[in-house]
Amino acid sequence: MSNLSIREAINKTLHEEMARDERVILIGEDVASEGGGAYGVSIGLAEAFGKLRVIDTPITESAIIGAAGGAALTGLRPVAELMFIDFLGVCLDQLMNQIAKFRYMFGGRASTPVTIRTMIGSGMGTGPQHSAILYPLLVAIPGIKVVAPSNAYDAKGLLAQAIRDDDPVVFCEHKAIYTEKCEVPDEPYTIPFGKARTVREGTDVTVVAFSRMVLLARDVADSLRSQGISVEVIDPRTLSPLDDEAILASVQKTGRLVVLDEANPYCSMASEVSSIIAEKGFDYLDAPIRKVTAPHTPVPASPILERAYLPSLAEIEAAIRATVNY
Amino acid sequence: MEYTPETLYRAYRSMKLIREFEERIRAEYQQGKLPGFIHVYRGQEAIAVGVCMHLSDEDYIASTHRGHGHCIAKGCDIEDMLLELACKQDGICKGKGGSMHIADMKKGMLGANAIVGGGPPIAAGAALTAKTLRNGKVSVAFIGDGASDQGTVAESLNLATVLQLPMIFLYENNHYAEFTKSPKPDGRIAARAGAYGMPAVTIDGSDFFTVYETLAEAVERGRTGGGPTAVEAIATRYYGHFEGDPQQYRDAAEIAAARANADPIEKFLQDHRCKDLDPAQIAAIDAEIQSILDAAVERALAADDPTPDQLYADVYLSYRGETA
Repeated sequence: MSNLSIREAINKTLHEEMARDERVILIGEDVASEGGGAYGVSIGLAEAFGKLRVIDTPITESAIIGAAGGAALTGLRPVAELMFIDFLGVCLDQLMNQIAKFRYMFGGRASTPVTIRTMIGSGMGTGPQHSAILYPLLVAIPGIKVVAPSNAYDAKGLLAQAIRDDDPVVFCEHKAIYTEKCEVPDEPYTIPFGKARTVREGTDVTVVAFSRMVLLARDVADSLRSQGISVEVIDPRTLSPLDDEAILASVQKTGRLVVLDEANPYCSMASEVSSIIAEKGFDYLDAPIRKVTAPHTPVPASPILERAYLPSLAEIEAAIRATVNY
Repeated sequence: MEYTPETLYRAYRSMKLIREFEERIRAEYQQGKLPGFIHVYRGQEAIAVGVCMHLSDEDYIASTHRGHGHCIAKGCDIEDMLLELACKQDGICKGKGGSMHIADMKKGMLGANAIVGGGPPIAAGAALTAKTLRNGKVSVAFIGDGASDQGTVAESLNLATVLQLPMIFLYENNHYAEFTKSPKPDGRIAARAGAYGMPAVTIDGSDFFTVYETLAEAVERGRTGGGPTAVEAIATRYYGHFEGDPQQYRDAAEIAAARANADPIEKFLQDHRCKDLDPAQIAAIDAEIQSILDAAVERALAADDPTPDQLYADVYLSYRGETA
């Protein structure tokens, strides 16, 4: 075992998967640069595998995503980097209308094993066009899978699975938790999609949280435990497919649900989980479902406003208490 | 360039098959036997054939909404295509793609595309595969003059130049972006592509021999590591944007002149290089094509529709860990 950050775990996985399978290439803006991209995630890869497989591109998101899709369709297993998920705005067609639909509209006679790594999330002062979550947009699209790890162990196993997976996968890396560390096995492993992780076991209330929000949920759960409130924290890890069975089973046990999502509130993962429980788990509920999300605003640049934008530990704790005390 | 009789007969057969295939589907469509939208390629046959005769099944093309000619020239099965146009369960895309998404990975046909300008980034990706595997294959993106204005095309031109991809940007300039006449003079599109730093030429797309010889050079450049090429082939859209388009935006005299003067098959047969072709063999090819189409249409229209459960198939290889 090694104590690795999420950034190091992703970097190590890219090294391992590129060594394991020569069809794996990395393509994107600055990925072959000496610093290893905007946040250093791809450091050392160009030196290890050469610039034929670690490909710096112009700033050209439609061509990056589309070419990665075309390369996947014809025999490679590309990892494309979409530097910030906000840049979906300039390349969505290639993902939504092309990559996501190839298999279906070609009658099951094509596969597109592409992984799109992208940075999500606020908390770093990166402003309205570099801080969004946006994964709900992608979860709504049939044909792609969406992954959002909250720790280095999951990041490693899920990224290996994404690269080996024969379907298109968008791998969402929260930029504010790249330095979070945990113990990670030294040998390669995969984590299957659609399997939630129970972060904390509890009996009074279920908190389903995504990406960075898992860390906040865990901290609140630990602090409430000493005050006699037993919080179960579920990290679905993959957003599409979503492990609704694990969520239902937890709510059946606790009778209460709080959903925690850094996305904007409407049509978010919080909405989706709430809808699943309202539809299939209504009889389990002893209290209304509560959602804790970002507001229906863009992410502001001001650190003060950004803190107000993000769900806080206090808000999360208040929502949990209100649900437990209902 | 020398042409063997085999090459000439093959070119004729391919162009004629495209022509007759489309005339047949127009007739079936007009009788309400085919659903959806179809966009007919007539008038541009020399381009698809002049390009694809240089390609093997391992080379790639990405097509457009007006894709039947590209599919046929690249070797897609006629009956499988007709089954797809009829949206039958045994269609080349199992009835889920229809006219605008015909694809065949085994033939290197990466799909017709209903997004104007959607194909070039994908073709660039196929060229990237060829470059990465160093296998000498090339990738062709067919691009209409309408699509030439899309940002995806500009990005693909640039990426192909920067990465020196074995790729050909094959513009088919039929002067109409859907219902709007292009304000661009012929040659402007090639000039734009050339400005990215690749060889770019403007040619007569109604002349098979010109297309074939231009592509010989472009394909060779791609196969030998010389990077991308752009070709603007001037063409005539014989019919409307889609089948049933009344073309109120187009002058009747212009349509008549285009139809009279720019038939690539007539032009081919009248070319001096075809003077020794045997009329009996041409007639035999025509008869063979009719018999292929008669049989394929009959089978396609009588074939089984998809069953409702097929709605759910083939979104993913495996979504929740089930084996595909």
